[in-house]
Amino acid sequence: MNAPAARQSLVVVGNGMAGMRTVEELLKLAPDLYDITVFGAEPHGNYNRILLSPVLAGEKSMDDIMLHTREWYAENGITLHAGDPVVHIDRRRRLVRAASGREVWYDRLLLATGSTPFIIPVPGHTLPGVIGFRDINDVDTMLEASKSGGHAVVIGGGLLGLEAANGLLRRGMAVTVVHVMDSLMNQQLDKPAAQLLKTALELRGFRFLMDAHTAEIVGDDKVKAVRFKDCSEIPADLVVMTAGVRPNIALARDAGLHCERAIVVDDTLQSYDPRIYAVGECVQHRSSTFGLVAPIWEQAKVAGAHLARSGHRRYVQQATPTKLKVTGVDLYSVGDFIGGDGSEDLVLRDPRRGVYKRLVLAGNRVAGAVLYGDVQDGPWYFDLIQNRTDISAMRNRLLFGEALCAQAA
Amino acid sequence: MNLSPIPLAVRSTCPYCGVGCGVSATPLPDGAIAIAGDQAHPANRGRLCVKGAALAETVGLEGRLLHPQLREDGVLRQASWDEALERVAGGLRAIVDAHGPDSVALYVSGQLLTEDYYVANKLMKGYIGSANIDTNSRLCMSSAVAGHKRAFGADAVPGCYEDFDLADMIVLVGSNAAWCHPILFQRISRLKEARPDVKIVVIDPRRTATCELADLHLPVKPGTDVWLFNGLLQFLAGSGARDDAYVAAHTSGLGEALTASADCADVAAVARICKLDPQTLLAFYQSFTATAKVVTAFSMGVNQSSAGTDKVNSIINCHLLTGRIGQPGMGPFSITGQPNAMGGREVGGLANMLAAHMDLPNAAHRETVQAFWNSPAIASETGLKAVDLFQAIEAGKVKAVWVIATNPMVSLPDANQVQRALEKCELVVVSDINASTDTNSYADVLLPALGWGEKDGTVTNSERRLSRQRAFMPAPGEARADWRILCDVAKRMGYAGFDFSSPAEIFDEHARLSAFRNEPGPLARAFNLSALTGMEARAYDQMEPVQWPAVRGADGALAGTARLFGDGRYAWADGKARFVATAARAPANAPDSEFPLILNTGRVRDQWHTMSRTGKAPRLAAHTPECFIDIHPQDALKFGVREGELARVSSQWGALVARVQHSGGIARGGVFVPIHWNGQNASDARVGTVVNPAVDPVSGEPEFKHTPVMVERFGVSWHAFVLSRAELALDQVAHWTRVQGRGFARYEMAGRSMPQDRAAWARALLGVSAADADWLDYEDSSGGVYRAVHMVGERIEQCVFVSPRPDLPSRAWLAGLFANETLTQADRAGLLAGQSLGKRVDAGPTVCSCFGVGRNTICNAIREQDLTSVAAVTACVKAGGNCGSCVPEIKQILIETRAREAA
Repeated sequence: MNAPAARQSLVVVGNGMAGMRTVEELLKLAPDLYDITVFGAEPHGNYNRILLSPVLAGEKSMDDIMLHTREWYAENGITLHAGDPVVHIDRRRRLVRAASGREVWYDRLLLATGSTPFIIPVPGHTLPGVIGFRDINDVDTMLEASKSGGHAVVIGGGLLGLEAANGLLRRGMAVTVVHVMDSLMNQQLDKPAAQLLKTALELRGFRFLMDAHTAEIVGDDKVKAVRFKDCSEIPADLVVMTAGVRPNIALARDAGLHCERAIVVDDTLQSYDPRIYAVGECVQHRSSTFGLVAPIWEQAKVAGAHLARSGHRRYVQQATPTKLKVTGVDLYSVGDFIGGDGSEDLVLRDPRRGVYKRLVLAGNRVAGAVLYGDVQDGPWYFDLIQNRTDISAMRNRLLFGEALCAQAA
Repeated sequence: MNLSPIPLAVRSTCPYCGVGCGVSATPLPDGAIAIAGDQAHPANRGRLCVKGAALAETVGLEGRLLHPQLREDGVLRQASWDEALERVAGGLRAIVDAHGPDSVALYVSGQLLTEDYYVANKLMKGYIGSANIDTNSRLCMSSAVAGHKRAFGADAVPGCYEDFDLADMIVLVGSNAAWCHPILFQRISRLKEARPDVKIVVIDPRRTATCELADLHLPVKPGTDVWLFNGLLQFLAGSGARDDAYVAAHTSGLGEALTASADCADVAAVARICKLDPQTLLAFYQSFTATAKVVTAFSMGVNQSSAGTDKVNSIINCHLLTGRIGQPGMGPFSITGQPNAMGGREVGGLANMLAAHMDLPNAAHRETVQAFWNSPAIASETGLKAVDLFQAIEAGKVKAVWVIATNPMVSLPDANQVQRALEKCELVVVSDINASTDTNSYADVLLPALGWGEKDGTVTNSERRLSRQRAFMPAPGEARADWRILCDVAKRMGYAGFDFSSPAEIFDEHARLSAFRNEPGPLARAFNLSALTGMEARAYDQMEPVQWPAVRGADGALAGTARLFGDGRYAWADGKARFVATAARAPANAPDSEFPLILNTGRVRDQWHTMSRTGKAPRLAAHTPECFIDIHPQDALKFGVREGELARVSSQWGALVARVQHSGGIARGGVFVPIHWNGQNASDARVGTVVNPAVDPVSGEPEFKHTPVMVERFGVSWHAFVLSRAELALDQVAHWTRVQGRGFARYEMAGRSMPQDRAAWARALLGVSAADADWLDYEDSSGGVYRAVHMVGERIEQCVFVSPRPDLPSRAWLAGLFANETLTQADRAGLLAGQSLGKRVDAGPTVCSCFGVGRNTICNAIREQDLTSVAAVTACVKAGGNCGSCVPEIKQILIETRAREAA
C-alpha cells in the first residue's frame, strides 16, 4: 500500500502515554497531515502506566487500563510496531532503525522514550528477583512472586515505592519498605505528614526501615536477603527498586542530540534538531525533568500543536499536585511545601482524627500545601497557587477550606 | 402514706432590687427549682425580670462557703462553729474591754433580712453600746433617707407603686429603671401604652435604655441636678401651679428655699449650667407646671452624690410648693436598689439612726428603746458611716469589724483604702454565702451564712411593703441564719436579750418596738407595725405583703397604708413639712488637665452588685459578658483608645482596665463603667478603686457618679479567649475576665508578652501535660495566631484561641458544644475554625481524586448538561482529566445515569 506522496512522515519513538497523548492532540488538530508510525518496546497497545499500582493491588484489570488498543491504531491509520524498539536514529538521512532492522524515513520525529527505574548498583543487583516498577512485565513478576507469599523488600519510600508495597501487601506478601531518609515521600511531604502516613501504613501492615542504606542484595541464583551498611539483614524473596528513575536518553545522545540529564527541549518541546521533538519523562525543560502525568499532558498539548503546524503554544511549568494511590489514605501535596526565607506557615493538627494540613504562604499567596486526612480542599489550594490569589483577607479562615471562606466572603 | 405528687410552690420575695417582686419557687423532684413570678404579689403581679427569672441558676452550691473558717498563720482552715463563735465573741469582747465600745463595728447590708438586721442593730446599739453599725445602704439611698427626714421629719416614702399607674407625668431622675428596676419600668411602659398622652421625662447624663420610653430626655451635665430643680422651683413659684394655701398650712421654710435658689430663676442660665437645650428645659418646666399628677422618681443618679441630700430635697421642694404629695398619682418617689434597704432603715441599722425610726440624738427616743430592750447600754453618738468607718479602721481607731452580707472591697469608693484598712484591722469577721470574695481574702474568721431560698424572714420594698422571704431549700453544709449567728455571738459576749428561737420571734419584738409608746405626742412615729404584733409562727409564715404603717382599724382588721401625708400632717413636731434651702454646688472633685473626664458608674441589665449570685447564672452572662468603658467616639479618638480594645481608667485614687465601647448613650467628657466586676471575675476591673471617696455632708453617701479620671490605651500584644470545664489558674495573665457559661467558664484574656512556643504556653495554661492528650491545634506562627482544643473522650473539655488582634471568632458556637456529650465529626472538623464549616455541598463519594470530584457532581453534570462521553464529562467537571485512573468509573457512572434518564 502506497501512501499519497503529499503526506509527511511522523515517526514516534515510544508507544507510551506521553507519545500517544501527543499523537492524540495532533490528530485533533490535523488528522490528515502525517503518515504516523509508532515504535514501542513493549509488545502491547498503549496502557495507562499510572494505573499499574491498582492492577498490582487487584483493584483494576489490564483491560481497565488500556488507553489505545491495536484497533485504535488501525482506525486512525497509524502504523504500530509494538515490541520492536528503535535502536538507531540517522539524523542525516532522517530515518530510524528498529531492533528488527526495520527502517522508516521521517519528516518529523517525536521522541517519547520515557525513563527506566534506577537500579542501585550494589552487589547482587542483577540477581533474578530484583526488579523495578515500571511496566506490565514488572507487575507480572510481582504477581508471580506473590503467589507463594514470602517477603518483599521495596527499596525507596517514595510515591511509587509505597504504591508497589501496598500492592504486594494486598497480594499477601510481607512487605518491608526501606528508605534512605528519615521520612517517607520526602519529595512531597513534610515530616509531620510523613509521620502520620507512616503510622497509618503501619496499621495496614507495612513495615518500614528508615535511614537504611542498602549495601548488598544477597543470594546465589536468586535474591534471598537485603543487607545494609550496618550489616543487618532482612529476608527477601523479591526486591523492588523504586529509588528513582533515569530518563532514557541513550538513543538521542547517540544521535548527537544535546542532552544533559535528559533530552534538552525548548518551550515548544523541540530538541536541538528542529525536526525532532521530545515529550515526557525523557525530556529536560528549563533544567527540570518530569515524572508526574499532569505536566506531560501539557507537554503533549504543546508538542501536538507544533507538530500540527498550528504552533503558537508555549509549555510553562506549573506546580503539580501529588496524591498517593493507596486506598483509605488521603494525602495531597502541591507546590513548595517546605518554604524558606520569608515564607510563612499555617498548620492544623488533629492527630486523633488523623488530619494534618499545612499551607506555605509567600507574600500573601499560597506557595504550597500538604494535606493529610482531609484533602477535600486540595484542588482549591492548587487553584489559589496557580492563580496567585492574594489570600490576606481570608488568611484566618484559609486552612478551614473553601466552604468557610466562601461563606464569609 | 401517700406523698403528694404535685410539688408545692413556696411564695417568697426576689433578693435583688428594691421593687421587691413576689417569687414563686417550686422545688422539683429532680432537685431543680422552678421559678415564676408570684401572681398574688402586688409589686409585680406575676411578672419577673431576667435576673429574677434566672434565680434558679444561682442557688447551686458551687463556690459556697459551707463551714466556718479561721485564719491561722495567714492560712484559712476549717473550724467548728464553737471555735469560730468563740473567736468572734472573745475577740470583740477583748477589744471592747480594752478600747471601748467604739473600737468595734458592724458593716452590714441591704440584703440582710429585717430580722437579721434587727438583731445586729440591737447588739451594737443596745449592748455593745456603740452606733458603729453601718450598711451598704449608705452607698445606695442614704441621701434619700436624709432628704426624707429633713423634709418630712421621718424617713418615709410618701407614695406607692400605684401612683405610677395614676400619674399623668412621670419624671425619672438618675434612674435607669429599664435595667435596674425592670418590673417597675414595665409598669410605666404599660401605662404609656394604655395612655399615650402620659408624659415620661428622663433626666440622666446618659441616654439609657430607659430613654426609649421617654417623651423628653434631659441629658443633664453630671452633678447639676440641684440647679435643674432649683430652676424648676423658681419657675413654679412664678406660675399658677404654686399652691399657696398648702404651703401656708403644711410647710415652712419656703422663703429660705427661694432665696437659696434665686440664682436659678433664669431658665437660660440653668440650661447653660446643666448643658441642656434651653427649649427642652423650658418644655420640661412647662409640662411639670401644667401637670398636677406628677411622680418624680429618683434613684442612684440623685443619691450617689456629694450633694445627694440636697438633690433629694430640691425635688421634694417642688412637690411641696405645688402640694403634689401624698395624693394618688403624685409625689416624690425614691426607688431603692436593694431588696431590704428599707427594712434596714426601719430597724435603724445605720450609724445615724437608733431603731424603729427613732433618732440617736433624741434622749426620749434613746430612753424608749433602752427601756424596751431592757439593755445595759444605749448608743448616744452617731456612729461611723461607711466611708468614715473604713478610714477609722485604717487609722487604728476601730480595731474589729464584722462584715455581713456585703463586699466592701468591691463596693466602697477608694477601694484600695478599704484594702489597707482590712489589712491593718486586728479582727476581721466576714459572714457570707460564698467561699471566695474580694473581702473574704482579708477575713480572720469566715462564717457561712444562709442564702436566698434557705433563709426566712421579711424584707421591705420601695413602697414600704413588707413581704416574706421564705425558705424552700435546706441549709447547706454548716451554714446558719445571720440572726442566729449574731445571737450566738451576743450570748457568748455575755448579753441577755438574744434568746430568739425563730425569725417570727424577732419580727414580733421588732413590731412591738415600732408600736412601743407610739401614740400621738412627742413619741409618735410614722413607722408602726402594731397590727403585726403578737403573730404566732403560723401567722407569720402566712403573712401577706402589707404596707406600713400597719395598724388595726376600728373593726380590728389589719390595714396597710398606701400613702402617707395625705392629710398634710408630717412627722415634724409641728406637723409641717420643711422646705430645705438647697444652694447649688458643684461635685466635690472637678476635672482638670490631669484627669479631664468624668467617671460615672452604675449597673448593667443582667448583673447585680458584685455578681456573687448573678455571676453564677450562665444566662445572665450573655448580655454583658465583660466589664467595659463606655466613652464618646470623639473622646476615644482624643485619648487614643479604640472600641473593642482595652483601656485604662485612672483617677488619683486608683485604676482599672476594661474594654472600650461606644454605646452611643454618653456625652463627650464622660465615661461610664459598671460596678459589678471584681477580683473574682476579672484581673483589674474593680471600679471602686477609681471612685473618689467624697461623700455627701449630710447623708455620708459617696459620690459614685462623679470622679475625675484619665483614659488611656492599655497596650497588649495578644488577645485570647478560653472556654474550659475546669477553672484556670490565671496568675501569669496580664488581663482577664471570667464569664460563667453553662457547664464551663469562659475567660477573655490579653497580655503583653507571649512565648514563641504558643503550644507549650497553651498547654501550660490549660494544664494539659499528657503527651497523648487529644489535642487539636491550629497555628499561624508568623501571624501570631494559635488555636487549640482539648478533647476528653467525645466531649470538648477546653479550648483556647489566641490572636494579636481582638479579631477572635465568635464564642457562641463553641460554647454551645459544651452542652454535647458527643461531638459529631462535622463539629470536630469545625472546632479550630470556631464555627461550623457550613454545609459543604454533598459531592458524594470521591471519584476523581486528582480534582476532588465526587460521584454526585458527575451524575448531576451528566443529567444537566446531557453528557454522553467520558471526554465530555472531563471537559465539564475536570474529573478524569489528570491521571485517568477514574475513567473506568466515570464510564460506569455514565452508563448508569443515562440508563436511569432513559427509563
